[in-house]
Amino acid sequence: MASPTNRRFWIVFLAVAAALALVPLGLPEFWRKFLTEILIWGLLAMSSDILIGYTGMVSFGHSAFFGLGLYGAAAALLVLRSPNLWAAMFVGLATAAVIAIFVAYFSTRLRDIYFAITTLVFSQIFYVVIFTWTDLTGGENGLYFSQPPFTIPGLWSVRFSTVSLHWFILAVVAISYLLLRRITQSPFGMVLQSIRENEPRTRAIGYHVERYKIVAVMLSGLFAGLAGVLYAIQHRFAAPDFVFFTVSGEVVIFNVMGGMGTLVGPLVGAAFFLLLREGLSRFWTEYYLIPLGIAFTAMVIFMPQGLLGFWKRRLNQ
Amino acid sequence: MFEQILVQTVNGLVNGMVLALVASGLTLIFGIMDVVNFAHGDLVMLGGFTGAVTVAHTGNFWLGLLVASLALAVFGALLQITTLRPLIGRDPLTTIIATFGISLVLQKYALWQFGPTAQNIPQPIPGRFELFYLQYPWYRLGAAVMAGAIIGALYLFLKYGKYGIWIRATTQDRVMASAMGIPVPLVHTGVFAIGSAMAAASGVLFAPLAAVTQTMGFDFTLRAFIVVVVGGMGNLGGSILAALFISLLEAYASLVVSPSQAVIVSFVALILTLLFRPTGLFVPTPK
Repeated sequence: MASPTNRRFWIVFLAVAAALALVPLGLPEFWRKFLTEILIWGLLAMSSDILIGYTGMVSFGHSAFFGLGLYGAAAALLVLRSPNLWAAMFVGLATAAVIAIFVAYFSTRLRDIYFAITTLVFSQIFYVVIFTWTDLTGGENGLYFSQPPFTIPGLWSVRFSTVSLHWFILAVVAISYLLLRRITQSPFGMVLQSIRENEPRTRAIGYHVERYKIVAVMLSGLFAGLAGVLYAIQHRFAAPDFVFFTVSGEVVIFNVMGGMGTLVGPLVGAAFFLLLREGLSRFWTEYYLIPLGIAFTAMVIFMPQGLLGFWKRRLNQ
Repeated sequence: MFEQILVQTVNGLVNGMVLALVASGLTLIFGIMDVVNFAHGDLVMLGGFTGAVTVAHTGNFWLGLLVASLALAVFGALLQITTLRPLIGRDPLTTIIATFGISLVLQKYALWQFGPTAQNIPQPIPGRFELFYLQYPWYRLGAAVMAGAIIGALYLFLKYGKYGIWIRATTQDRVMASAMGIPVPLVHTGVFAIGSAMAAASGVLFAPLAAVTQTMGFDFTLRAFIVVVVGGMGNLGGSILAALFISLLEAYASLVVSPSQAVIVSFVALILTLLFRPTGLFVPTPK
C-alpha cells in the first residue's frame, strides 16, 4: 500500500478530483454543465477502453450499451410516480447488463474486424427497434422526464443544483475509474492484456479466452450503461440518436485521440474532442467535423499512441 | 399475394445488383490490401452527387456516369496515397478507424458543397412496362443490367487483362508479386481507384431510383459490410450472390413489416452467418 508509486497515484488522483470538484464553483452555468458532460462522455470512453485498449477488440457498437442504459433510466423515471435516483440507476444498469450479455455472447466468438462489424450491426439493430417501436420509446421524438432528487433512503432528499449534480456525477465517475483501474490491474485484467498481445498463446497457456472476452464485453457494457444513466439524469431526455452509430464512432475517436489502454487517456480524449467541437463549431457550425476528421485521421497515421500514449507505462503502474 | 412476391423479387434483384456493384469494390479493396474501407458508402454518395451535378449541367446521364466514375477514381487514388499507403502493414483495425475519420470528413464536405437537400437525377431511360398491377419503369431493369455489365467487365479485366493479372497476383502473394517485378504500391493505388470508381458508378445508377442525400453513405457502408461478410471477405463471386441474397431477403421481409424494420432481417442474416459459417455463405468449405 505504501509503495512510493502507489502513494504518488493517490496524491495525484485526489488532487485532480479536488480540482474537478472545485472548478465548477468559479465557472458560469454553461461551462459548469459542459464540464459535467465531459465527465459523462469520459466515463463512456473509459468503459470502452477495457475492450479497445486492454483486450484489443475495437467495439463500434458502444452506443447500444450507452443508449439502452439511457432508455432504461428513462423508463424507471417515467413509470415510477415519484422519480427515484437509485431506481433509475438500477433499471438502467440492468437494461445495459442484459443487452451486454446478449451482445457479448454472440460477438466474442469473432475477432478483429468481424468483432467490430458485429458490434456495429448489433447497435444498429437496437437503433432500428427503438426508432420504430414508437408506442414504447416515443420513436424519433424521444422521451422527456423529470430529474430525480438526490436521496439517501429514509434520511434525506434534496433537488440537484448544477453544482451538486456535478459533484454527484464526479463521484460516480471517480469511483468507476478506480474500479476500472483495479480491474485492469487485477489478474483478470492481465489476462485481457495477454489476449491483446497474443491470443493463441493465452489459449495455449490454458486460459478460457472466450469466457474472459465475454466478461470483458459485459463489464464494458455495464460501465457504458452507467454513463447512459448519468446522461439521462443530467439531460432529462432520451432520443434514438443516442443509440445511433455516431455515438459509437465518437467513442472510438475519444479512445484514439486520448490514447488507448490508459483509462485516463480516453477521458482526456473526450475532453479534447468536446472542447475542440465546442470551439470549432462556433466558426464552422456543423462543418466542424471536416477539420476534426482530418485531425483525427492524421492522428491515426502519425500519432497512433494518442495524446497520453507516451505516458502509458506510468499511467498503468 | 403471389404477384406481390414476384414484384418484390424483381425489386430485390434490381437493388441487389446495385448493391453488388458497391460491395464488389469493397471486397476487391479488402482482398488486395486488407483495408476495410469505412468510407466506401461515402464514395457512393460523392459519386451520386458528382453525377447529379454533371447531369444538371449537361443533361446527359451517360456523361454524368462517366465523369463521376473518373473523378472518383482520381479522388480515390489520392486518398489511398495520402492516408492508406502509410498504414500498409498495420493492423486492419487501424484502417477501419482511419477510413472512419475520412468518412466523417466526406460526409460533412458533401453537406457543405451540395447542401442538405436531396438531389435527383431524372431517369435516363423513359417508359414503363406492365408488371401485374404496377407500371414498372424500364430504368430499374436498365440499372440492374448496367451494374451487371460493369461487374462483368471487372471480371473479364481481372481474368484476362494484363493489369488484372497483376492485381490477382498481388492478392495471392504480395511479396512474390513484388519479386516478379509487379509494382505493388501502384497496384494498391490502382485497385483503390477502381473500387472508388465502381462506388461512384453505383451512386449514379442508384440516384434515379431514389435520391442522393449526404447521409446515405453510412447506410451503404453498413449494407456493403454485411454483403461482403456474408459473401466471404475478399471473394468477388460470393459478394455478388450475397448482395442478391440480402436484397431479396429484405424485399420479402418488407412485405410483412415496414422497410425500415426489414433491415433487421439482413442484420440477423449477418450474425447467423458469422456464427455458423464465418468464412462466408457462398464460398466452398475450407479444408
